[in-house]
Amino acid sequence: MHELPVTESILNIVLKHAAANQVRTVVSISLRVGEMSDLEDEWIQRYFDYLSKGTVAEGAKLKIERVPVTIQCSSCQNAYTVKIREEKDPKCPQCGATGGKLIAGREYYIKDMEVR
Amino acid sequence: MMEEIRLIEVKEEILADNKGLADDLRANLKKSRTFLLNLMSSPGAGKTTFILATIAALKSKLRLGVIEADIDSVVDAEKVARTGVTAIQLRTGGFCHLDAAMVSKGLEALDLDRLDLVIIENVGNLVCPAEFDTGAVKNIMILSVPEGDDKPLKYPLMFSVCDALIVNKIDYLPFSDFDLAAMRERVLKLNPGIKIFEVSAKNGTGIEAWTSWLEKETRAFINP
Repeated sequence: MHELPVTESILNIVLKHAAANQVRTVVSISLRVGEMSDLEDEWIQRYFDYLSKGTVAEGAKLKIERVPVTIQCSSCQNAYTVKIREEKDPKCPQCGATGGKLIAGREYYIKDMEVR
Repeated sequence: MMEEIRLIEVKEEILADNKGLADDLRANLKKSRTFLLNLMSSPGAGKTTFILATIAALKSKLRLGVIEADIDSVVDAEKVARTGVTAIQLRTGGFCHLDAAMVSKGLEALDLDRLDLVIIENVGNLVCPAEFDTGAVKNIMILSVPEGDDKPLKYPLMFSVCDALIVNKIDYLPFSDFDLAAMRERVLKLNPGIKIFEVSAKNGTGIEAWTSWLEKETRAFINP
């Protein structure tokens, strides 16, 4: 639902880097997005296609790498990934404890872009 | 001949602009000694009733203001204004969340030097508001009993960004299969530091514990 403002931010950052590097065409953009986010890849691309019309980023392909939700067990410190929307009450596979701290899965990051 | 493809390292947070604006806003709030609370929930969880109960408990102790965000109505702001507390209505015009720029607009309309605590009633939605820092000092959310104890599984981000969780409509508990212990465990897993308050904004249960926490947090921020 909030793909539009997020996509606008992506485009602004991409155009800033494109201008600073005398880019003629942006070919692709690599993003890291945590599994915790509800963003839909398809919609980000569609909004991007719409917003980037007439800019050097028009036609660029967004490559979205999803970062799994990772929890660090509070009793044995083991880090394990969980399918956060499927597993109801995840337990540490090593010691069986249920407590833990979220250490990954909230990323919202532009890694790099391929340009000509 | 085709030009070769080059790789440019970007390495930037997508929402850095909003985050920067939100940090500026918090710095200004510190200067004007105003605590900003961002309240989020789904539609119908009881945000407005909860705000009214909070106002009733704190009105004599703190100078309060409210920013109401609504897609397109002024009903909630009118209810708050009837308590004598200043209420600003932000019409989000279809936007599903508030960001720091919108909140900053709302705060401009309030005399911050005369306010200790401003409560933002964010747009009713458990998805989008979780992604955008509003500049608030603390974020809280309401989960009401009729919504079900599985909500932390469906909206994990929201539960992970809040400093406090209000479990509202606790008076419905005897009529539902809501598993409070299971819900607590799910939430604490995502967010071990979160405070959980069980309340009924309608009959007043738990409001005192909640408002004394809020008063303490507010005073700690405005009179460090």
